Amino acid sequence: MHEMGIANSILEAVRTEMERHPASRATRVGVRVGKLAAIDGESLRFCFDALKRETDLEELELEIEVCPRRHRCKLCGSEFTVRDYDFECPQCHGLASECLSGDELDLAYVEVEQYEPRTAGAQSS
Amino acid sequence: MNRVPLERKVLNENDRVAVELREEFRQHGVLCVNLVSSPGSGKTSLLERTLEQMPRSTRAAVLTGDLQTENDAARLRRFGFPVKQITTGGTCHLDARMIKRHLEDWRLEDLEYLIIENVGNLVCPSSYDLGEAAKIVLLSVTEGEDKPLKYPTIFFKAELMVLNKVDLLPYVPFDVEEAVENARRVHPAMEVIRVSCLTGHGVREWRTWLEHRRHVFLQTREQPVA
Repeated sequence: MHEMGIANSILEAVRTEMERHPASRATRVGVRVGKLAAIDGESLRFCFDALKRETDLEELELEIEVCPRRHRCKLCGSEFTVRDYDFECPQCHGLASECLSGDELDLAYVEVEQYEPRTAGAQSS
Repeated sequence: MNRVPLERKVLNENDRVAVELREEFRQHGVLCVNLVSSPGSGKTSLLERTLEQMPRSTRAAVLTGDLQTENDAARLRRFGFPVKQITTGGTCHLDARMIKRHLEDWRLEDLEYLIIENVGNLVCPSSYDLGEAAKIVLLSVTEGEDKPLKYPTIFFKAELMVLNKVDLLPYVPFDVEEAVENARRVHPAMEVIRVSCLTGHGVREWRTWLEHRRHVFLQTREQPVA
């Protein structure tokens, strides 16, 4: 159960990023979570929602992209997705392969929306 | 609406500190290993046996993590090596910042081995890089053979699986071959050492593994970590 810490790190990262975007708010943050990352999506969402409540990021939505475990066959070089620990290469049926990805825990993007210009500013012309 | 790409790790701050630690370990030739297992698999017992048999001239130190109490550090201090307890207060894993903080008053140039005993937990410690050269996972024969399949991340990331409590094999329905096969399904190159901390079986092999691992570490440390 370390999803609370992960959720907190995501919110911290968004706050840091927002320092570079004045007069804007963050509406959505995207994270990539690998199958091997030992992160439960439901639990991450629960913690995220609990932590953002009644803060400046209350409106922030979380998008989780689950990334599969990808392997490359050491014999024929083809890349494939591993399901249920089946490491057989679908091309050459070899069993020697190396893991390419699947343990991601990455921040992909944040969506930023500018606040509407104030009416007073619009009247200046 | 403007989508700003971030493209970095969620645990960026942890990883940054871990990279610093790894570089310090490299510079000073300290082999750092991170021991991970369920609570009760025998991490502390393995360390007791290890320190007990280690020549006093070996410059080894231990950081041991738990939510509460100094009990493990007290058990391990009896052998005369420097030992520090990290009490996390409730956090289910150690992170790189905790390691850095607890290393502040130790001189790394005086060390050859730093053994980190993580908080008993097979899940969360797998996400936190501590700057170690190798993660080591312990599995005991009183657990299920399918643990590597249930908790694949740590078995995927560990170099070595220490199968502990093998003295109990005559009394428990544990299939060693199946457990090893499961571990290798998750991580084909997994090394395995069978140990009993009660009888001492396999402890020598484990100590040799550590020595050999440090030898390899010293050979490869000429290239700085990217």
